[in-house]
Amino acid sequence: MAIATYITRAGGYALFRAIRPNQTVRAALGYIPGALFVAYVAPALAQGGWAEWFGAAVTVATMLATRQMSVAILAGTAGAWLVWALR
Amino acid sequence: MSNARPRFSRAAMIAGAYRSLPLQVGVVPFALVVGIVSQGQGLSLGEAVLMSTTVYAGSAQLLALGHWGVPAPVVAAATAAFIVNLRLALMGPVIGPWLDRIRGWRLWASLFVMADQNWALSVAEMQSGRSDAGFLFGSGVLMWAVWVVFTAVGHLMGGVLRPPPGHPIFFAALAVFVSILVPMWHGRRDLMPWIVSAAVALGVAWLLPGTSWHIVAGAMAGSACGVMRDQRRGNAA
Repeated sequence: MAIATYITRAGGYALFRAIRPNQTVRAALGYIPGALFVAYVAPALAQGGWAEWFGAAVTVATMLATRQMSVAILAGTAGAWLVWALR
Repeated sequence: MSNARPRFSRAAMIAGAYRSLPLQVGVVPFALVVGIVSQGQGLSLGEAVLMSTTVYAGSAQLLALGHWGVPAPVVAAATAAFIVNLRLALMGPVIGPWLDRIRGWRLWASLFVMADQNWALSVAEMQSGRSDAGFLFGSGVLMWAVWVVFTAVGHLMGGVLRPPPGHPIFFAALAVFVSILVPMWHGRRDLMPWIVSAAVALGVAWLLPGTSWHIVAGAMAGSACGVMRDQRRGNAA
């Protein structure tokens, strides 16, 4: 398992180091981070309930207001906890 | 060979570790879960710690632990690890500008500790113009240590204290990714790629539940959407 995981970590990068990426590839790499985390979050939220939706909304709002991840994470978790406790 | 811009400095490592502290808040519940589940599946404390130390990939670990048995399912677990972590193959190239400037143990060790959260932080740093891969390494080593320590704590807790599934403490792990997304939004150009990514991820997750194909599928679909749209517009906007 460890080797398989490390192969994905290093192999993907090693491959790219050998090939010289062109403009299109670099543009694609620019879009990947946002798209990747959206892909990570969307199904989790879809499977979640009011607690998760409210927690996510609080996280986003707090992040926009404070630009501090730790505050946003704590606020969002507290928000989710609140909804969970009330239901 | 000397280059005015640092590429792997101790200062950057410390900055990386410090700036990643908010992320550790989200890592802890995840590690605790892994510890608790591994204890439930009969792994010893040593085995659980070894797994977290060497594999260091939470979703893959949970997937493997979900189907654990005796003898341990080596092939299935390794295959699961490979598939679940395919996104790591995409992530390395994204920080190519940093990784290209280091080599040897620094490069391969940095790749070992690359994980979603410190990678996301590093991407933001890179886009702000900073060039020091030490940032990834410092944040990565700290996260790895937190991961291993709290896997052990979770394992020890497993017999004693059990938060029920769906307990909001686990939301912290999701909150980490939601909060990472906020500064990644670069304006209207991201709207369609993100919608496409979400749609594809939802579809793939529905078709293939219990796997992580949706992450790679969504990332590639969203990225393709962005690139195609740019080309149609002739790279304006």
